[in-house]
Amino acid sequence: MTKTLFRKIWDRHVVVDGGADAPSLLWIDLHLVHEVTSPQAFEGLRTSGRRVRRTDLTVATMDHNVPTLDGPITDQLAKQQLDALRRNCEEFGVRLFATGSGREGIVHVIGPELGVTQPGMTIVCGDSHTSTHGAFGALAFGIGTSEVEHVLATQTLPQALPKTMQLEFRGDLPFGLSAKDMVLAAIGAIGVSGGVGHVIEYTGDAIRNLSMESRMTICNMSIEGGARAGLIAPDDTTRSYLEGRPAFVDSDWSDFHSDDGAEYDAVRVLDIADLKPQVTWGTNPGMVAPVDAVVPDPADFAAEERESVERALRYMDLTPGTPLQDVRIDRVFIGSCTNARIEDLRAAAEVVAGRRVADGVHAIVVPGSAQVKRQAEDEGLNEVFERAGFEWRRAGCSMCLGMNPDILAPGERCASTSNRNFEGRQGAGGRTHLLSPTMAAAAAIKGRFTDVRELA
Amino acid sequence: MRPLPSVTGTVAVLDRADVDTDQIIPKQFLKRIERAGYGEFLFFDWMKDPAFELHATPDASILIAGRNFGCGSSREHAAWALEDRGFRAVLAPSFGDIFRQNAILSGLAPIVLQPEQLQQLKEAVTRRNELTVDLEHLRITHPDGLELAFPLDAHAQETLVHGLDDVARTLQREDEVAAFEASYLPRFDLSRV
Ligand code: SF4
Repeated sequence: MTKTLFRKIWDRHVVVDGGADAPSLLWIDLHLVHEVTSPQAFEGLRTSGRRVRRTDLTVATMDHNVPTLDGPITDQLAKQQLDALRRNCEEFGVRLFATGSGREGIVHVIGPELGVTQPGMTIVCGDSHTSTHGAFGALAFGIGTSEVEHVLATQTLPQALPKTMQLEFRGDLPFGLSAKDMVLAAIGAIGVSGGVGHVIEYTGDAIRNLSMESRMTICNMSIEGGARAGLIAPDDTTRSYLEGRPAFVDSDWSDFHSDDGAEYDAVRVLDIADLKPQVTWGTNPGMVAPVDAVVPDPADFAAEERESVERALRYMDLTPGTPLQDVRIDRVFIGSCTNARIEDLRAAAEVVAGRRVADGVHAIVVPGSAQVKRQAEDEGLNEVFERAGFEWRRAGCSMCLGMNPDILAPGERCASTSNRNFEGRQGAGGRTHLLSPTMAAAAAIKGRFTDVRELA
Repeated sequence: MRPLPSVTGTVAVLDRADVDTDQIIPKQFLKRIERAGYGEFLFFDWMKDPAFELHATPDASILIAGRNFGCGSSREHAAWALEDRGFRAVLAPSFGDIFRQNAILSGLAPIVLQPEQLQQLKEAVTRRNELTVDLEHLRITHPDGLELAFPLDAHAQETLVHGLDDVARTLQREDEVAAFEASYLPRFDLSRV
């Protein structure tokens, strides 16, 4: 019988089969833990006298809350949460890559970096962007805190069988565009609830031609299309990325692909031959347009969408018909688990080299991990950014969700390489526009959105 | 977890699509390490608007919501905040996958209904604001006599109705877990890092 990649991974991990109507109990190969969604789970273990079943399959780091400026942490609540993680990891014997260890970073950046993410695995984390790891052909999805406790205690998780969707990119990605443009366009096409209940497998030559960093950007944003997970079949690119990573263990990947003729529950095709750089204009990632477009008119939307478009434009303080390239920005954030890997920073640095951040724009670069930061510094990227007027920060989630001091003031407008433009995501009243690292760099230089390919 | 065989109460209506968990509970409240006490921060920014729909029904225990309710971040705090505020059931055309699971494990019933059914319920509660959501019989009733059936998988139903601890349930399958584990090799080696 022909099978999808998803189904092959699923079948290998079923401990108790629930059939089509009940959840199956799945074995979990890797559980990633961070400070924000784990304290209540560890407390639950403590109350019920349970232990962590497989500490060798559990990895913790600090990322969401950590300050990105030098100096001690001043936020007492954040400190309390980081201290709790440290205590919990000590008490339960979980390996922690703490701030200052040199291995810390955003949980979805360090997993692949350490080599704990491998094809064919099941990976969970109390974080919705766990879908990132799907770039390696792993079934990786976000879970809540009760489920974190469940996995800590049992190394398994009851899961209903999701549906599958194939999302094929047709055509070559035009020069000067990136994976972020591909995935933003894809979410624009399927909508933010288009993937609900599905695992999306991304296919097509354009996917095969992408680096691992770019594939991670695509899978990372699967959840923004509502999907349970994103998947890309592993190949030589995957192998060259993983070989030599500290925790890498070689195994046979030859079956980790969808068989010819395997059936998906849904199939979508997106032609990208004429794709343009994408910028979001609204308050969810599906509210996106090419950079040369104008702010849309609510009247052009279906009746049931109109009200949310009106709400979004009011929140974003945008007038229909305004060219996106005329929209001025106050802040630029290059960072997050979507776009803060070394390749992202190199691409952005290339754009800013020899240029200056526009007057009145405050721009920061936050590397995705301590290792990315070191590597970028070895390559002199920090100097390129700093000479151009960017601030160069320490690794963490930072302004992606603003749990640390990096937040927007009410009314500020930000060009951001992160993944969510929800109301208040980067700070109450803040206005977020999502775009690629090179487009964010170009916006920083011009002080407004601009097609990076026109920055001569 | 509190057993939830059924709930009868007032209904709040939040007729917006794609309400994300960042709106349900903003990030500044995720720094706490406790599991209780999030109710006062529910919809923190939206609550500042005197015209916000939820102000009309402060005692509601049932929420009628729009498509893709609870999308976005995996924060279970969103389900905890709704539950802590007194909500026991959310009725919507669809839910964010992670939120739906979090709700079940937090004693908050996420119930999927067709848009037409939701429309009927919304009309009914404008006449008299009361519904009963019966999790044992998978039925919603209005005092007018309106009655609707809804689907819910048996596992979720059992969890909600009896307030079951999912971990304990899995630990009862220890033999199967141990057998699987014995034949399964780790795919990476953390000791080399
Ligand atoms: S960078 Fe943003 S999206 Fe990624 S894990 Fe951190 S907070 Fe979540």
